[in-house]
Amino acid sequence: MIGLTHYLTVSAILFGTGVFGIFLNRKNLIIILMAIELILLSVNINLVAFSAYLHDLVGQVFAMFVLTVAAGEAAIGLAILVIYFRSRGTIAVDDVNRMKG
Amino acid sequence: MGNLIYTLPELILSVGAMVLLLVAGWVGDSATKAIGWAAVVLLALAGLSLVGAASHGGLVFGGLYHADAFAGFAKVLIYGAAIVSILLSPSYFERMGAVRAEYPILILLSAVGMGMMVSAADLLTLYVGLELQSLAAYVLASFMRRDIRSAEAGLKYFILGALASGILLYGIALLYGFTGTTQFGGIHAAIAARGVQTGLLFGMVFTLAGLAFKIAAVPFHMWTPDVYEGAPTPVTAFFASAPKVAAMALLTRVAVEAMGPATFEWRQIIIFMALTSIVLGAVAAIGQTNIKRLLAYSSINNIGFALIGLAAGTQAGVSSVLVYMTVYIVMTLGSFLCVLAMRDADGAYVEEIAALSGLSRTRPGLAAALAMFMFSLAGIPPLFGFYPKFAVFQAATVAGLFWLAVAGAVGSVVGAYYYLKIIKTMYFDEPAVPFSDHREPIEGGLIALSAIAISPLGYLAIPLLTAWTMAAARALF
Repeated sequence: MIGLTHYLTVSAILFGTGVFGIFLNRKNLIIILMAIELILLSVNINLVAFSAYLHDLVGQVFAMFVLTVAAGEAAIGLAILVIYFRSRGTIAVDDVNRMKG
Repeated sequence: MGNLIYTLPELILSVGAMVLLLVAGWVGDSATKAIGWAAVVLLALAGLSLVGAASHGGLVFGGLYHADAFAGFAKVLIYGAAIVSILLSPSYFERMGAVRAEYPILILLSAVGMGMMVSAADLLTLYVGLELQSLAAYVLASFMRRDIRSAEAGLKYFILGALASGILLYGIALLYGFTGTTQFGGIHAAIAARGVQTGLLFGMVFTLAGLAFKIAAVPFHMWTPDVYEGAPTPVTAFFASAPKVAAMALLTRVAVEAMGPATFEWRQIIIFMALTSIVLGAVAAIGQTNIKRLLAYSSINNIGFALIGLAAGTQAGVSSVLVYMTVYIVMTLGSFLCVLAMRDADGAYVEEIAALSGLSRTRPGLAAALAMFMFSLAGIPPLFGFYPKFAVFQAATVAGLFWLAVAGAVGSVVGAYYYLKIIKTMYFDEPAVPFSDHREPIEGGLIALSAIAISPLGYLAIPLLTAWTMAAARALF
């Protein structure tokens, strides 16, 4: 029987994968965007699992809002990535270093 | 329908922003000045609309939205800071050849989001408001899209901001799961009834961490110096003022209204963030050569002091946080206005601290104003910047956190070092290349106005400020 704990565990693993994806990846900024999506989706799993467990709809409504905002966030992230690529000519993470200190 | 009157400020701003966006699309960038003034009028109208039901309505929209005095006070500060950020922008963007009609509109949309944040009475409103503010802010940070530093600032802000939203959301999901509700009042009741379980504690830590990112408290501050340096200066001035107030008010509301019964638990986190912010903000600023980076560390340092007030967790503590933020935005906007006045003979902007050498001889007025802002940020007594620090220390002492007040006072002495270094550069070093003598009337007027506000004359406003912030704080308890 798959219960609440299983969902929470999967969600925690996905969340951890997303966070590590942001910090360990040195290659490509697109991968960071994917890691951010992973984090948001792990939260959605959490919300829906809690919603089913508590017999309360609010969690699912919340998940819908998260999906919508995530779409807007991805659009803005990609737009910023494009203007960055235009002026810099690369999207390697190690090259994002014009400012330091 | 009856509820809509309580969201009048948000309605004015969002409908106005949409109309102005259409105008911008139709007329193009030549309408930038008119759109800027229209945005200022809209913000002023939204501020005026707070007089009525919008700040006395209590809990509306089925418990999603708080139209109380606390939100009203925070909104006045936010709209004020947004107005200044719009007023100081046209001359900057004209000089940089990047006049775009979207700037005032993005500020308006961000102000709508901030209004939602401070009025949030539910985790859902909190999240949507925070994202509305952040999404507009990401675009503002990379506003000068041909400038590599601006693009990089936008990118860094976006990635770390999105990570912070993810962390915040994870905390929200846990809070929801372990209390069974997303309403602040319901969470308060659930914690009071069942105590703090491990899952709930995790939820609280993640939520506070996400919010700490937005106020740039250590250990979630790493984006601040880069974003402040790279973003266009009017945008930096905006970031350092309005969103700080909104996020601080939101953090206060969540801590007191939703997590009130767990004060003992969150107080430890807040104290840790406060002390590390004060120390890191003071120490890391010492080696900086760029004035915008230095002001970034100064903002981290100042947020640490505001958190001391929150750590008290009492009504007086909340009121002192509001006092702190009020005086802080005046000081920080004044400092950024002075940074905007740093232009060489060709009208190009200078950001190096070394360029301030001997400013007292070439531009005595500007040097005096900047010196006042620096002394005030350091909290040196005759100036008004001393009073908010006194207020937060007093609140902490009354709440039994005497050692925290002492540690904060020691930290402010350490922090005074780099402010004094700037003053030494301006008053005792040999003059460098003099700045352009061209003055902007609006810029000069705003500098003079904020300098008067933080001068010892500011003490006359204490009774009014205290009455107002106490009324605002009472709304949370």
